[in-house]
Amino acid sequence: MNPVGIDIPRADGPSKVRGDAQYVDDIRPAGCLYGATVRSPIAHGKLLGIQKDPDFDWSDITVVTCLDIPAQNVVLLMTEDQPALADGVVRHVEEPVALVAASSPARARAAVAHIKVLVEALPAVLDPLTAQNNPIQIFGTDNVFKQISIHKGDKTDDGVIVEGTYTVGHQEQLYIEPQGMIAVPRADDGLTLIGSMQCPFYIVKAIAPMLGHGRINVIQATTGGGFGGKEEYPSMLAAHCALLSIKTGAPVKMIYQRDEDLRATTKRHPSVIKIRSVVSPQGELLQWDAEIIMDGGAYNTLTPVVLSRALLHLCGPYRCPRQHLEGVAVATHTPPNGAFRGFGAPQAMYAVERHMDAIARTIGMDPVAFRRLNLIRDGDTTPTGQALVDTGAHLVLDVALKAAEAEVKTPAIHPGGGVGRYARGRGVALVFHGCGFTGNGEARIKGKVAVELQDRCVQILTASTDIGQGVDTTFPQIAAAALGIGVSRVSNAPHDTAMVPDSGPTVASPTCMVVGGVLRTAALKLKAALQAETGLDTDDFDTLLDARTHTMALRVMAEYQDDGSMDWDDATYSGDAYPCYGWACSVVDLDVDLDTGEVLYRRYVSATDVGKAINPVIVEGQLEGGAIQGLGYATCEEVVLDDQGRMINDRLTNYIIPTTLDAPEMITRIIEIPYSGGPFGAKGIGEIPMDGPAPAVASAIEAAVGVVLNRLPMTPERVLSALEIKERS
Amino acid sequence: MVKPNLLKDIINIWGCTGLSGIDSTEYGFRIGALSTWTEVRQATALPPALIECAATVGAQQIQNRGTVGGNIVNGSPAGDSLPMWLVLDAEFEVASTRGVRRIPASEFWTGYRKNAMVDDELLVAVHIQPKSTDILHYRKVGTRMAQSISKVVLGARLRIADGRPIEARFAMGSIAATPVRLPTVEAAVLAGEGADAATHMAQDITPLDDIRSTSGYRLNVATRVVRSFLEQYLGA
Repeated sequence: MNPVGIDIPRADGPSKVRGDAQYVDDIRPAGCLYGATVRSPIAHGKLLGIQKDPDFDWSDITVVTCLDIPAQNVVLLMTEDQPALADGVVRHVEEPVALVAASSPARARAAVAHIKVLVEALPAVLDPLTAQNNPIQIFGTDNVFKQISIHKGDKTDDGVIVEGTYTVGHQEQLYIEPQGMIAVPRADDGLTLIGSMQCPFYIVKAIAPMLGHGRINVIQATTGGGFGGKEEYPSMLAAHCALLSIKTGAPVKMIYQRDEDLRATTKRHPSVIKIRSVVSPQGELLQWDAEIIMDGGAYNTLTPVVLSRALLHLCGPYRCPRQHLEGVAVATHTPPNGAFRGFGAPQAMYAVERHMDAIARTIGMDPVAFRRLNLIRDGDTTPTGQALVDTGAHLVLDVALKAAEAEVKTPAIHPGGGVGRYARGRGVALVFHGCGFTGNGEARIKGKVAVELQDRCVQILTASTDIGQGVDTTFPQIAAAALGIGVSRVSNAPHDTAMVPDSGPTVASPTCMVVGGVLRTAALKLKAALQAETGLDTDDFDTLLDARTHTMALRVMAEYQDDGSMDWDDATYSGDAYPCYGWACSVVDLDVDLDTGEVLYRRYVSATDVGKAINPVIVEGQLEGGAIQGLGYATCEEVVLDDQGRMINDRLTNYIIPTTLDAPEMITRIIEIPYSGGPFGAKGIGEIPMDGPAPAVASAIEAAVGVVLNRLPMTPERVLSALEIKERS
Repeated sequence: MVKPNLLKDIINIWGCTGLSGIDSTEYGFRIGALSTWTEVRQATALPPALIECAATVGAQQIQNRGTVGGNIVNGSPAGDSLPMWLVLDAEFEVASTRGVRRIPASEFWTGYRKNAMVDDELLVAVHIQPKSTDILHYRKVGTRMAQSISKVVLGARLRIADGRPIEARFAMGSIAATPVRLPTVEAAVLAGEGADAATHMAQDITPLDDIRSTSGYRLNVATRVVRSFLEQYLGA
């Protein structure tokens, strides 16, 4: 039976249910010490040093500062700007300044509490709107991480002009398991790093310059969620564990407490987006000018790539002959922002869809009819000039609206025992999401996958980690389908960089679509190798195995092959931005509490093009989980900063994400418009569910109570304030 | 405050079954201090608004373990049940080696997380005498359906005779160091101002900004939830 398209139970399920999956904090090397971090108390300042409390017993404590760094003080990612430990200057609150190791986590934290960071405060830039070319320099000479312009067509003012400004705040990934890492000294004077992560090879590259050698292997422990938050940040933790391990000669473990994790680690980029559009009186988009200012925080991290994706989505799934997009990502003295599911697209899609509602309102058209009139279709071009094929915007819109015709099953539970006043509304949002890396990303990464025959079973060797998205289940399905064997005979090997090839980072939703494709090639190569070895040309895997004269392991490797179909120019930002696109439509039904401004979700309907659902129930899980994360982004997840840029609502009672009880009834429709380059047609689907909820909710609030909210999150405070203004006028 | 030594200073009373249980009395109910919120939710004889209050405490897991007495003695200004005890004119039965006494809810919370019990006293039960003729109302404003700390929490009790309010009790939490009654609003209701009585809210509460919400939002929400309640029962 072909296992592709079947709900195979998750490979990681039993061990997680039994509780014997080994997360990083479950791993306890003999003689392990525990690390903790001394952090900057201010946003920007001259770092004069640290002062140890003379009344504290330091006899069993190891302290590390930047002076202990063996080679270069850098955690390498796209650029070399971020130090492992601050040296001479602190550029954001909570920036790591020193490290301690002790025999217990409590003792390490006590030591941190007895170290004073000596700083001389300097003026800080916290507002991204004043960062560019600010005389106070944070990055380069102009505080600009990246600036991108995309232009298609000429300019016109001949039509109805609609302008709007849309503002979105930070969002925390909120993986259930906080960041954690262990460094273990190796016999060859190198280090093994074991931790909670998405990208083992990132860490190898990130900390080799700091160590001055490459004798490192990185092993992924069972990882309790990432959502992008474990793309780049684990490199920082790895650097710190490594420094403590080198100085103490012992294994060192660091596990962040939740409050520290919230304050110190990366978030979704806050952004301010302005759109000015020209439409014909009949509602045709004639011109679309959009600009985005994105707050990158104090260091570059992945900000240029996030900006790129935001800009490439800042037009929405709509046709328009004139599109002029400008983006700038700036530096501020705040903790660096980084990867988060959607990677710039959720910010852009919120602004685009809000603006589409604004145009419809201005010209007096039904918002859905207005969208339908302007849908991008086969042969239309994107702002970068990519001519689209197999577009699905119209299909997901039709399917979602049809599904939403069903009556809402669950009655709304109104707090207050039915006393109170509520208004009901429905909102629709239409989004698209470029799958995989931008432009020639895949060709540059050249992901490699190995498969190894061991006895009568097959192991898959990749660096593509299971962070909850199910790759330990879907990869075996893809390989088993290619080999024609049962899925129980195929498994993913542990992700140890010493053992597996670099298949690329587990980010941007290409794991199934791109690495899965290389895996399929590798599996077919394995079969071909067996055919060559046995001289048989049968496709039956067991016949081939039976014909072998020995049972030696057999390993084959495949690498991503650039088929030359992608024509992309990174210098001019023109051409084929993504190998394919996914399409999704959200229809949300909600009640607005007119007394409190709270939004009560009644139902969330979505139709999403996934190419091919390798494992439908896993796909549904991704789509529904992403939707709830998107609903949180819409109405309740707000990062509150103090005057130093420090997150002050740093616990789960105050940083509000939706609970199970807040999750509404869901209707989740899977659409399959196959992508010829993906295994069995699969596209990337991890991120697209994050894009639609926030704009759909904004639209539904507008339909319910007639207030226009153009800022995320749409908290009860903001909704009620808008209601009061409306009532007074 | 001196941090308690968990081994020496704290006695686990979870197993004292005599402290739990919800019983009907001649006048109303005696709710044992160790009654959990789950037990309150299941005690269908209790007023529905009190059951609804129990359902908003933390989430199911917390309701299984959290107790009525814990909520009262912890005395957080955001304590979900505290306004209900105020409007119900509850009495708290406290015991020590000297005997048993009752403290009215209105005299219990004396300051931020302070109460009128002395060091060796233990809260053993809550006594309430709800009247079936009274309208009892509970409303928690906390942004999400579970695991939320209230921004404003309202308890209300109204007695109407011949179409006119003859008794009105309003109490709120999360807007001051202790849960408070709303005397001006209550007086305005009794004076026949109807739903407009809610406009006197600013005379009764002066909420603050904090990390969970703003003073403006709290004042608005307090006014609006009281107005909605009054409109429902007294007309607009």
